[in-house]
Amino acid sequence: MGNVMRMEFSALAENEAFARSAAAAFVMPADPTIEELTEIKTAVSEAVSNCVIHSGSESVAMECALEKSGRLTIKIEDRGVGIEDVDKAMEPLFTTGDEEERSGMGFTVMESFMDKLRVKSEIGKGTTVIMIKYLDVPGDI
Amino acid sequence: MEVFFKVSEEILIANVRGEIDHHSAAPLRKTIDSSMKEFGCRNLVLDLKGVEFMDSSGIGVALGRYKKLAKRGGRICISGCSPSIRKVLDMAGVFSLIPEMQNAADAVALLSGQEQLRMEV
Repeated sequence: MGNVMRMEFSALAENEAFARSAAAAFVMPADPTIEELTEIKTAVSEAVSNCVIHSGSESVAMECALEKSGRLTIKIEDRGVGIEDVDKAMEPLFTTGDEEERSGMGFTVMESFMDKLRVKSEIGKGTTVIMIKYLDVPGDI
Repeated sequence: MEVFFKVSEEILIANVRGEIDHHSAAPLRKTIDSSMKEFGCRNLVLDLKGVEFMDSSGIGVALGRYKKLAKRGGRICISGCSPSIRKVLDMAGVFSLIPEMQNAADAVALLSGQEQLRMEV
């Protein structure tokens, strides 16, 4: 059996740091490298920021699951407006936000820092981002 | 997130410390822009040596400052990037527009036109 954690928090900007720190703390028993930790924290920060900025959802749910093999799954979910065109939203530099403020690189960062990324979205119902990373685990965790 | 400012000639050195994310990016932009005005600086060194975490919000901070300064004929240089910060900035092609130096002193030298041309013999 692996380890699972689920939490829900208000979709507020100050919770971006809380969410990435919680995800980092959760994976600590797997003894990740500093680089792996930074990549996980950055990907979580991007996903949670998207919920806070774009979704209009009141809360964000995050679920982390760590298997003995080192496979880490992070699911970040909102109950917001949804994304009309997920493929378009995932294109580098695409943003519906303030161009001066937002770079449109969030999904690109998630994709390159994690091993797998899946985005499911339904208009008016919300968006779920599922990210998988294979941690290098020597022996049992 | 904290920013410490130093002025050298017409160059503002913004030494950023802590974490840059969506939450801290807005006050960071504001404080840099108002300090540029206050100290009458044309050029900016964005020194990220003390930054422990940065997500893609940092790209907007860097490119936004670049655009603002370029309009007034000013220049920006980034220094002190950790490998992960460099990777995030590089993903958006930031370094094709903004030069990167290893430390703030080299960045100041670059912007003040005193940089040494290093030649390999």
